[in-house]
Amino acid sequence: MKLLIIEDDKPTAAFLRKGLQEAGHNVDVAHDGKTGLLMAAGETFDAIVADRMLPNLDGLAVIRTLRSTGNLTPVLVLSALGEVDDRVAGLKAGGDDYLVKPYAFSELLARLEALDRRSGQRPSGGDVETRLVYADLEMDLIARKVTRRGITIDLKPREFRLLEVMLRNAERVMTRTMLLEKVWNYHFDPQTNLIDVHISRLRQKIDKDFEPPLIQTVRGAGYSLRAG
Amino acid sequence: MRARHLLRSSTLQFTTVYLLVFALSAAGLLYFVYVQSRDFMREQTLETIGAEITGLREQRSMPGLIEVVDRRSDRRGPDRDSIYLLLDPLGRKLAGNLAHMPDVPFAPDHYSDFRLTDDPASPRAIATVLPLINGGLLLVGRIVEERVRLEERLATIILQGGGIMLLVALVASFLLSRWTLSRLEAMNRTARKIMAGDYTQRIEMRGGGGDEFDELAANLNAMLGRIERLLNGMREVTDNIAHDLRTPLTRMRMRLEMAQQEGHDDPQVRHLIETTIAEAEALIQTFNALLGIARANAGERRAEMEQLDVCSLTGEVHELYEPLADEKSIVLELDQLGPASIVGSRQLLAQALGNLVDNAIKYTPHGGRVVIRCEGGARPIIEVRDSGPGIPAGLRDKALERFVRLETERGTPGNGLGLSLVAAVARLHDADLRLEDAQPPPGLRVVLTFPPVDPAPPERGGPIEIPATPS
Ligand SMILES: Nc1ncnc2c1ncn2[C@@H]1O[C@H](COP(=O)(O)OP(=O)(O)OP(=O)(O)O)[C@@H](O)[C@H]1O
Ligand SMILES: [Mg+2]
Repeated sequence: MKLLIIEDDKPTAAFLRKGLQEAGHNVDVAHDGKTGLLMAAGETFDAIVADRMLPNLDGLAVIRTLRSTGNLTPVLVLSALGEVDDRVAGLKAGGDDYLVKPYAFSELLARLEALDRRSGQRPSGGDVETRLVYADLEMDLIARKVTRRGITIDLKPREFRLLEVMLRNAERVMTRTMLLEKVWNYHFDPQTNLIDVHISRLRQKIDKDFEPPLIQTVRGAGYSLRAG
Repeated sequence: MRARHLLRSSTLQFTTVYLLVFALSAAGLLYFVYVQSRDFMREQTLETIGAEITGLREQRSMPGLIEVVDRRSDRRGPDRDSIYLLLDPLGRKLAGNLAHMPDVPFAPDHYSDFRLTDDPASPRAIATVLPLINGGLLLVGRIVEERVRLEERLATIILQGGGIMLLVALVASFLLSRWTLSRLEAMNRTARKIMAGDYTQRIEMRGGGGDEFDELAANLNAMLGRIERLLNGMREVTDNIAHDLRTPLTRMRMRLEMAQQEGHDDPQVRHLIETTIAEAEALIQTFNALLGIARANAGERRAEMEQLDVCSLTGEVHELYEPLADEKSIVLELDQLGPASIVGSRQLLAQALGNLVDNAIKYTPHGGRVVIRCEGGARPIIEVRDSGPGIPAGLRDKALERFVRLETERGTPGNGLGLSLVAAVARLHDADLRLEDAQPPPGLRVVLTFPPVDPAPPERGGPIEIPATPS
């Protein structure tokens, strides 16, 4: 991915650049809002990471200006403010996702990759998705039926939702907070091993009797649906 | 509602008492004036009669007396109101302008009231008798019809005037108390809005700044201004601390992650980095929880409040925590007596309820039972009860404080902020939070009781009664 980072804290920006480059991305950095806006408008990026508090022009203003010119590049807003109202403000301004400092790098990476619109395992053709397929796992969204290798798997509604989110983001890392957000629509830290328990339930049903296991644990980050 | 409100007001009670005192003293005064003038007029009449009697007494001979009486009782004479009747010892009329003795008892030195003739519409009169030495009787009196009419007129005037006065006073006091109430109500409205988290509200000034109410309003407004500045200052400080601390925390964490990714061969170094990351993680979580509590306490998240059904929330949280309970072989029951609609923050309520369920599962031993209950009605309720050890009554308030973990829980993870957030969320929702023994014991029962559901939202409805806010 070709990424733009707009972050005024130089050490943080440097770490981000290094980390993202190591993860195989192409990274540009701007240290203030104005420069960031000029760079974002001048080149095409796959995603932008913008800090909210920036010198010259704050992060939300950068996004608003970009959007008003018709630029739809996905933006991940970084903020030291963390409450839901701030999140709402960030998303209202045109941001696509919101991450509160201090975040884990793995969380940032996972969210950035989830923002990338080119990738993702979209089944080709058809306006409305009726089926999600990954490896030998199939999900029928209309009949709400899941089969693996042709064998029907009985799932509870939440397990179904969880698997659906995993399938839609197949091969991407999904962190615990991302799952709580996407499956339950809750925007707070899951205190305990809450999400892990749900995943292990799902594993019991789709991986226990089959090879290879599809739900992988990504150490220090989260989970990923991946064959092999 | 408005009328009841007005009736209960101390302003109206005060003006009513004032009105009563005023009416009583005014009535007393008027009665005094009436009695005084009546008695004064009566005395004047009696004095006139007395003077006439003195004149007649001077007459020594009977024929002379007859002559004087005849002359004086001539109705065409100067004094048309005098009454005389002279009787001989046998009661026969000798002289005078009265046909016969009136039908009322008479006694010397005593004045009797009567009518001039038997006709009940005839003029009223007053007279006394004077026994003569020869055994005869002389009646001397005066027609007092005019005077009595005047007295009656006076009484009517006083009664009517008093009535009008009372009516005017009544209306005036009603208007006065309504006016006072409306000013007070305006202040109350503002206070309610401020308590609801809108610190920019100010009390309206009406009297051009002149009267006591405006003075009070100006003082309160100045105070509110200071409070708002302080709050904003505090908020800025929290935000700044948040910002200032989060940036270094972000860096620290990122450095650790980089170090981890570099992949050290030394397992000791790897372990060191891993545990440091875990510590940093815990630190950050505590930090976030604290900020969350602070901001819920400051009432800043009222903006995200919406109409929602707490029963559907209990359903969601039940579903979320069920596998966790299952891991510990705890039965997580759901008891929904909904719907229970309230105005609240879905995120915060779910987080608070999650904390309660988390505690219940965490502190209840294997094989226990946890119940999540909700109930609609006048005051919606959420309740979480477990079959764990419970919290001793004396420690319940303490358990709600930040960073408080009770002695017995040393082994379990946590930092004592879960219940503090629940308390802050309860306060934000004006809900009542109670910790009590589960029935049957042992176990803890936590009940969140929401304020009465308002049929009309405060902005549009009339004045509403404020529920007693939990301290
Ligand atoms: N259901 C319960 N049964 C028994 N004790 C409880 C229960 N809930 C809370 N407590 C006691 O109250 C204390 C404070 O609870 P609180 O939720 O605030 O903190 P915590 O659970 O220790 O940590 P955290 O919630 O921050 O992870 C707990 O440490 C525990 O001793
Ligand atoms: Mg707790």
